[in-house]
Amino acid sequence: MTSLPPALGVGGAILALVLALSFAAPWIAPFPTTEQHMLERLKPPGARFLLGTDQYGRDLLSRTLFGGRPALGLGLGAVALGLVLGVPIGLTAGYVGGRLDDLVMRVVDAMLAFPSLLLALLIITALGASTGHALLAIGVANGPGVARIVRSATLALREAEFVLAARARGERHLYVMFGEIFPNVLPPVIVEGTLRIGFAILAGASLSFLGLGVQPPAADWGLMIREARQYVFLSPWPLLVPGTALAFTIVAFNLFGDGLRDRLGAT
Amino acid sequence: MARYALRRLASIALILVLVSAIVFVAIHVLPGNAATLILGEYATPEALRTLEREMGLDRPLLVQYASWVGSVVTGDWGVSLAMKQPVATVVGYRLRNSAFLALAALIVVVVVGIPLGTLAALRRGRPLDLAIVTATYVGISIPEFVTGLLLLLVLAGPSLGWFPTSGYVELASGVTAWARHLVLPAMTLTIALLAHVVRQTRSGLADVLTAPYIRTARLKGASPRRIVMRHALRNALLPTITVLALDLGYLMGGIVVVEEVFAYPGMGRLIIYAVQNRDVPLLQMCALVVASVYVLANFAADLAYAWLDPRIRYS
Repeated sequence: MTSLPPALGVGGAILALVLALSFAAPWIAPFPTTEQHMLERLKPPGARFLLGTDQYGRDLLSRTLFGGRPALGLGLGAVALGLVLGVPIGLTAGYVGGRLDDLVMRVVDAMLAFPSLLLALLIITALGASTGHALLAIGVANGPGVARIVRSATLALREAEFVLAARARGERHLYVMFGEIFPNVLPPVIVEGTLRIGFAILAGASLSFLGLGVQPPAADWGLMIREARQYVFLSPWPLLVPGTALAFTIVAFNLFGDGLRDRLGAT
Repeated sequence: MARYALRRLASIALILVLVSAIVFVAIHVLPGNAATLILGEYATPEALRTLEREMGLDRPLLVQYASWVGSVVTGDWGVSLAMKQPVATVVGYRLRNSAFLALAALIVVVVVGIPLGTLAALRRGRPLDLAIVTATYVGISIPEFVTGLLLLLVLAGPSLGWFPTSGYVELASGVTAWARHLVLPAMTLTIALLAHVVRQTRSGLADVLTAPYIRTARLKGASPRRIVMRHALRNALLPTITVLALDLGYLMGGIVVVEEVFAYPGMGRLIIYAVQNRDVPLLQMCALVVASVYVLANFAADLAYAWLDPRIRYS
């Protein structure tokens, strides 16, 4: 896929802003996220509530600032888990090859036949709805895709000279895999990981929107949009404010990932 | 071609077996089996054991799996715990509704996406190209539930009110009413899917346009319109078929959210219902059906590809 030319810079700038605002939320948010102002419900942006209020009169700016924390945490955490699961599996399958590779890749293909949201839903049914379970479910759903990328990158390096040299020196297989091959498959892994963060945030927000992720009264973008839904014709702000934040964050991660891919020259 | 199809069919059978195993494992091995799900976490141990025996959950896992697969294959899909209806009946009806929605979205994606991609390729690097690429990029990045609610707000709101806010009307009670209920959810899915097809068409066409046979056509004096329509697009569009099949997987994830936004009675909403009610028999069949549709669609796309492009010889 072709990326826009200034992708890396624009994506990186938006990302830095989103990360900084989420980090600084406790200091810059004008109100506590759960403070209700019953006389000022569903207000449009104004002098007191800069971006308006929701159906309980809670300040949308404050909730949106804090709402990025679970969204980013979920996205980053789930991708980290996907990498922890997928990298060793992909490395092993690609390095060992043969029957094991066949078997592992069949299972990976079968798991990829599920839309990742569906796989996450299956896991959540077994475990119950909560932020932690959503992270676990999306992380597990990300594992097979990561394994596939790592496996094909490993396969390309299996017969490389530095790998053969390490084996001729009598290095242990584990060392060859993690000490020699892994550092060399890092660029595609980093690109894949970055691109997956956007999708993981989207999946996490979708789960929260469906009521199966972050639970009320916490401030989370997906959950805020779920709650805004009923009142959307009374006031669009509870939808527009967190929706814009969510969209910008996902666009930024995708731009940054695409830019990184072009820069690192990975596939 | 026939041998290739047979070999692919064998590997698809294997994948479907694995798919069913994953569904089974996800629901049965993780903590909290169906009996706990039905009785809740405060059930007495005796009650749990009785129900487990009734449901056959005390048997070895492999035996349970085999008997489940056996009944699925013979058409006994069980009874939904929450709806008290045969799973096959419920899933059949919902699958048809989702198929209407998915088909509508895919048709619009093809009808709008290919011309947009062609336009972008022909104006490469110009403002129009940049606008098309940026717009589709944003479309794919905004979550479906945000796009859906925005469309709802604008097109179904009190001021315009062109479309119903949610629900579904049977085809039998009028084509217009039926189609009006389909527009907003289909449009939401289209916005999310457009980017893939536009990009594939754009880059595919841009590659083909540099090929020697296009230069020949140009030197012969063929009109630009003829070059694009008769020579370039035909070859450029082949990979788009694969992209469309892959999009079907994306579509089935999107359908879960979009159907929930518009209260559309399809597979996606059924899955959410099954998850919320912890209706295990219903959920496992939904998951199995959705994954199977995806696997079979990709198989169909591969065959179509081989059929359309005689240069491809699968060994």
